[in-house]
Order: sequence, then structure tokens, then C-alpha cells
Amino acid sequence: MAKIRNIMAGRWGIIGAGIFIGALAALLQKFGNPGNMGVCVACFERDIAGALGLHRAEVVQYLRPEVMGFVLGSLLAAYLFREFRPRLGSAPIVRFVLGFFAMIGALVFLGCPWRAALRLAGGDGSAIFGLLGLVAGIWLGTLFLKGGYNLGRSQSTQSAAGWLMPLFMLGMLALLMIFPAIPGASKNGVLWFSVKGPGAMHAPLLVSLGAGLAIGFIAQRSRFCTMGAIRDFVLFRQTHLLGGFIALIVTALVVNLLVGQFHPGFEGQPVAHTMQFWNFAGMLLSGLAFCLAGGCPGRQLFLAGEGDGDAAVFVLGMVAGAAVSHNFGLASSPAGIGPYGMQGVAVGLLASLFIGFSMRKKMA
Amino acid sequence: MTTTIDARGLSCPQPVMLTLAAIKAGEADEIIVLVDNEASRENVCRAAGNRGWTVANLSDQGDETRITLNKG
Repeated sequence: MAKIRNIMAGRWGIIGAGIFIGALAALLQKFGNPGNMGVCVACFERDIAGALGLHRAEVVQYLRPEVMGFVLGSLLAAYLFREFRPRLGSAPIVRFVLGFFAMIGALVFLGCPWRAALRLAGGDGSAIFGLLGLVAGIWLGTLFLKGGYNLGRSQSTQSAAGWLMPLFMLGMLALLMIFPAIPGASKNGVLWFSVKGPGAMHAPLLVSLGAGLAIGFIAQRSRFCTMGAIRDFVLFRQTHLLGGFIALIVTALVVNLLVGQFHPGFEGQPVAHTMQFWNFAGMLLSGLAFCLAGGCPGRQLFLAGEGDGDAAVFVLGMVAGAAVSHNFGLASSPAGIGPYGMQGVAVGLLASLFIGFSMRKKMA
Repeated sequence: MTTTIDARGLSCPQPVMLTLAAIKAGEADEIIVLVDNEASRENVCRAAGNRGWTVANLSDQGDETRITLNKG
């Protein structure tokens, strides 16, 4: 007997998810999030690393509630629809390293695939180079997939293991409630806060959390994934997920136009630089690493919410990568790439290629 | 001929890749795919449908689903 189909997994479900996320992301900017950064998983995890004091880049420190909402919203959806599956054991250290370098690439470009889309929707022409890099990186990743690359099977485990990442998110949410942002203060209790720069720009806590929960819920149901959108098209000529990604861009563009947030051009775009080769190369690295890890940074959070411990390890890798990125001067700023950004991308590509060439296992 | 694919514990896109490889091999008129998560079930059914195969049966065994795909 066939199960009742998951409506959100259909063509209109994924497009609806893209429309919903695109609209909400543009509105979050209206509510206070940084320009073209209504939702950016890489940027927000980097801000979280800063809020926890793992790096001391003063302009990017804030415990972003959207990220917690993503995981917890997905957890809620997974429980409601009986899809919570605690599982782990598919090459966790490899996933950590991929997350680590995916973040380094994203911070050279200044954004994850979600933000690349939002930057484009806000009129930032440099995003085109990032998106081209993303496609190129994912294409490279599909060559490895075709050549037999895979990270092996996961095992089912106790529920507690699947709960660890959601509990970590709840713990951070509790910290933010106990030590909220105080205007003009760079620290409250154990948390660090930006007093200027993008880290100081944020929507009210409950708005951010609510948006994150809603996106997490809908993305879990629809399997929304920006990397998968491009990968499935390259690999199978399948446009299912791509529909969602394009819907996000178009909707964010329309909402930006409606609320006066569309400013076409290359120069002077918010939290962006115009070193186009490095915009391309940063996202090339990110795209490859996301493809080898099987999901964009958002998807990894949603998977972590439904009990995937390997996706949770990838998330931790991204947080660690963000800390190192800023501590080592790998991350870009509006002035251009960091002093060691080039080396960061080169090492990341070498590490990803090493993983791509070496992780093979016959499955069938 | 029936081909059976064990895609349990594998995450996207592996279950789809294995299924499409079996379709492409052209030896089977029935393919059985074992998956253990909903996303894989949806993805395998969608990909097979796009290749003109039909989902003849879905049977749940605990957390696992056994997908039976038929040619044409």
C-alpha cells in the first residue's frame, strides 16, 4: 500500500518552499539583517563562531537565531511526520574537513549559495562570478560522484545522538535569552556582540527565530537544497530542486524591488568585494566541498535537525572553518580578499581533491 | 529479470545514482530498491518516473521502504 504522498516533495512544494524562503529572506533584511544577507548560512555560522569568541573579528559576532530555528524547525517537522532518523557513521572526519574548507571558500566569496542567490536578487553583479564558481565546483564534484566517490553508509543509532545538535542549538538559544544583545556593548556575559558592522545588524530575536523555525520546517518537508539543485541538473538533468532555487531568486528579486532593496551594480554592494576571480574561486571550493558532502550548508542544518549526526559534524566543521578563517586572515572584507585568502583557497582545493580522489567504495 | 539495490544508509544522490545505473544497464525489467529514509524514497521514485519506469509497489518494513520499480 503506497503511503500518502508528501505534498511538499512535489514540484509545487519545492517551488513554494523557494518562494517562501526568498520572500522571508528579503523581509529579514527589511527587519534589520545585513544587506543581501537576509539568510546566509555560512555568514550566520561565522557570526555564531564570533559570538562564542572562537574568533575575534569584531564586526561579525552575533548568535544568529535563524540558524537555531533552521535546526529546530526541521526537528519539529521530522517528528510530526515521523521522519526523525538518528543516524551517523558515514565518514564523519571527512565531513568535518569538507565543512571546514567549504566555509573558507564561502568566506573568500562572502556568502554561501543562499547568499549568492540573495546577492544576485539584490542587484550585486559580483554574485554572478560566485554562482559560476559554485556551478563549476559542483560540476567537479559530480565528476567524482560518477567516478565512484562516496562517503559510505551511515548506521542508525540512539535518539540521543540525533538530539545532540538540536540540543546544542537550544543551549545557544538559552544563552542568547540569558545574555541578550545590549546596544553599544561588545560583550554580555559569555557572549560577544558586534557594536558595528554586519554583526550589529540583525532583525529582532523573535522575528529571526520565527523565520528560522518556519524555514527549517518547510525545508525539511521539501528537501530544499541549493547545491542539490545544481548537482541534480548536472548529474541527472533533473530540474526538481532547481525549481526551488530559481523560485527563491525570483521571489527575493521581486520583494527587493517592492521594498526598495534592489540596487544593481558591482561597486559598493553590501558586504561584498569585486575581486571577481576570487569570488569565482572561493565558491568553486565551496561548491566542490558541498557536493562531496552531499548538501548545501542549509540542507546540512536541516539534516542535522532530523537526526543526521554526520551532517551535524559538517556543521561543526563549518563553525571551526569560520573561526580559523578570521583568525588566519583568510576571510575577505569589502576591501577585498584577506592576506592569506589565496592560500586558504589553494589548500582547501587540494584537500577537497584529495578527498574526492581517495574516498571510493563500491556500493552495488 | 529482477535487480535488487540495497541503498540503506546511503544518502542523496547515491540511491538515485545506483537506480539509474541499473536502469541504464538495461538488463532488468524489475528493480527493487531498499531505502531507509523518506527523501531517498521520493528521489528514487521521481528519478525512475522521469526515465519512464513506474512504481509498482512500496512496502514499509519498520524504518525501511522497499520500492518495486517496473519498466514501462
